[in-house]
This record gives sequence, C-alpha cells and structure tokens, in this order.
Amino acid sequence: MKKIAVTSEDPTLDDQVDPRFGRAGGFLVMDLETMEARYIDNGASQTMSQGAGIQTAENVAKAGAEVVLSGYVGPKAFQALATAGIKVGQDCDNMTVREAIEKFQKGEIPFADKPNR
Amino acid sequence: MIITVASGKGGTGKTTVTASLATVWDAPLQVVDLDVEEPNLHLFLWPELGSPAKAWMEVPELDAEKCTGCGNCVELCQFKAISMMLSTLTLYPDMCHGCGGCIAVCRENALQAGRRELGEIRQGRAGKIDFLMGTLRIGEAMSPPFMEQVKKQMQQTLLETNQDVIIDAPPGVSCPAICSVIDSDVIVLVTDATPFGFHDFKLAWESFSPLGKPMGVVINRAGLGTRDIYDFCKKKNIPILAEIPFDRSIAEAYSRGRVIAGVSDELGTVFVSLREKIRDLAADSGKEVSHA
Ligand code: SF4
Ligand code: SF4
Repeated sequence: MKKIAVTSEDPTLDDQVDPRFGRAGGFLVMDLETMEARYIDNGASQTMSQGAGIQTAENVAKAGAEVVLSGYVGPKAFQALATAGIKVGQDCDNMTVREAIEKFQKGEIPFADKPNR
Repeated sequence: MIITVASGKGGTGKTTVTASLATVWDAPLQVVDLDVEEPNLHLFLWPELGSPAKAWMEVPELDAEKCTGCGNCVELCQFKAISMMLSTLTLYPDMCHGCGGCIAVCRENALQAGRRELGEIRQGRAGKIDFLMGTLRIGEAMSPPFMEQVKKQMQQTLLETNQDVIIDAPPGVSCPAICSVIDSDVIVLVTDATPFGFHDFKLAWESFSPLGKPMGVVINRAGLGTRDIYDFCKKKNIPILAEIPFDRSIAEAYSRGRVIAGVSDELGTVFVSLREKIRDLAADSGKEVSHA
C-alpha cells in the first residue's frame, strides 16, 4: 500500500475530513512510504450538475491513490473506484485528515464493499 | 388551445381540478397526464386504456475489443456518462442524455446505439375524452426526455383532430414542470392560501412568468389560510379564475376517486365558470399580441 487519498476541505493534515466524496473541496494524497503529502483541488466537481462522484474518482485515480478515505462515497463513485481497484474506507467524518490516516494505519478503518447509505 | 394545470408543490388539488375541468369541458378534448413520476389522473377519470407502448432513449453500448482507449468519447460527454478509470472505459447508461455525440466521435466504431427504457405510454378514452398518460420507469432519473415523447404522441393526436388539450403537469418548478407548461397557451396554477401554499405558488409564478404565457390562479380550500395570496395577485395583476370552497364532501369525493365537479350543483358551477374564464384569458392575451 503506497498512496492514500483523504477528502479534505482544506490543504493541511490538521484540517477536517470532507464528509462528501464526490463534492469534496479537494483531497490530500499521502505517500505512506515517504510520508509526503500533496493537496489536490477538486473544486471543479462541486459545480457539476451530475457525475461529480465519477469525476472525483477519476481525479483520485490520476493522483495514483490506491485507497480513499472519506465520509460517504456514493454508488456511482463507488463503482468507478472499484473498476480501478481503488479501496474505500468510509465514515471518516468528524476527524482530521491526520487522525483518519493514523486510524487507517492502525487498521481501524475497514474497507467497504458497498456505499454506506 | 392547450391548457396546463400546474402547482408549485404537490397536494394542492391540481389533479382534482384537472379532472373536474375535463368533465365540464364542452368541446372536443384530449387530456394528458404529464405527471409521469406519479400519474394519477386516471384514478379520477377512469379511462379505458389500450395496451402500453414502451418509450426508449438511445444510449451507447461498448464493444470493448474495438476500443483503443483514446478517450475522445470521455472528453466529449458533458454528463459524465462515460468514464476512464486508469485505462478502463466504463459506461453509465442511466446518466446518459442520449445526445449521440460519443457514438459520432468514436473513430474505432467501438460505440453503437443501444437503448434504455424510459417508461410506458398509454392511450385511451374516458367517455368522449381522449386520454393520454405516461408512466416513468421506476428508477429512471430523467423525466423530460420521456415527457417529450408523451408530448409527441399528444401532437400526433392533435394533427388528426381539432381538440383542446388539458395537461396535468408534475408539481414543482424544476425541469419537468417547465417541460409541461412550455407548449401551453394558458397556465392554470392551483394553490391553497396557507403560508406554505402561497410560498410555493410564488415560486411557480416566478419560474413560469418569463415564458410570457397568460397565467391564472385557482385557489383550492378557499377560506383556509391568509389573505396574502389575494393581495399578491392583485398587486401583480394575476387573475383569480376560481375559488374552490373547503368542504367535507369534497374530501370524501376525492378519497373515493370521484370528480368533485359532480359533487354538487354549486361545485359544478365553479368549474363551468373556470372553463369560461380560461377561455377569456386565452382570448384576451391573443388580443394583446395582435395589438402589439
Ligand atoms: S472514442 Fe471509441 S476508441 Fe476512443 S475511448 Fe471512446 S470508445 Fe474507446
Ligand atoms: S450519448 Fe451523449 S450523453 Fe450519452 S454517453 Fe454519449 S456523449 Fe454522453
């Protein structure tokens, strides 16, 4: 496991996880081997009338992430992520990006096999 | 003349008004239920219906062997109905709007025309009235393309006959509602006078006004609510075409699927007068147009 993407409203590790996946403001992509983090803006998807989840999934795949952490990933985005073999951890709301990554590394965030709502 | 009966929200009595107006109409008539997500006009008019005809929309189908992954189709699609995840092309046919652009742009002929069912269209007769209804497929997210097909059928019948048309529109002010009022000569807005009703009525009036069509109001359950709507209509010069009193017998008739115009002479008179006022409204606006 190398790269992990966490949806985030703002660009630092101490910002809150954005609970929405498709309409997330952006995401922090963390390389778990080098512990380097990079912020990718996702603002454009917020203005899409449909397909924001799929667009965001494409962006995540392009960033090279193999795992996504977010609050809620919709069914279309889930399907898109699955076609690229990207794993999904949900219900990461009400915590910071750093907390979510730490929890994930401790194995406390299970991979979901379907959307959580 | 095409009359659309609309309302800013559900539960105002829009369908009851449509059904009653239809039964007192004294000229050849076609009635169309365009509330395709929840058609229920037939529960009041009891038409004899023919067998349903399915309506389709053209959506792409992928021949993965021919696809080179060039991404032209992905870039073209405005609706994200095609996505490229790493190198895997995936179609989301339920998000497709049927523009056909992806099929045209694929040089490898990897995309062909397939189809997705939108819903079912039924035609029939309720006494002397031609009846037409559309039922959107459960799970179908887009009603306007389906409504267009129902309207096409309506126009077809109009070509063969010289009828008036009454359309029962879906409630609300979004695309489906606009889609059903856009061809009409007169819009009849049904509302009650409660603060909620007034609020949604205003939204509807504001969204439909730019279409420049003559509009009038039917106030249902008159006597319940406030005077706000009357003041508003006076200020904006919106004619009040009818007031339907609040009455227990109406609720009872409604719950039994009866047309309320037939409940009492008094109610019958309300709808006959509504019919005439709608005609006047159409005629007046015609005059205005010719003066201009
Ligand atoms: S345009 Fe044709 S060849 Fe190119 S990605 Fe789309 S389906 Fe494949
Ligand atoms: S037909 Fe139009 S809307 Fe449908 S997938 Fe192709 S480009 Fe997108």
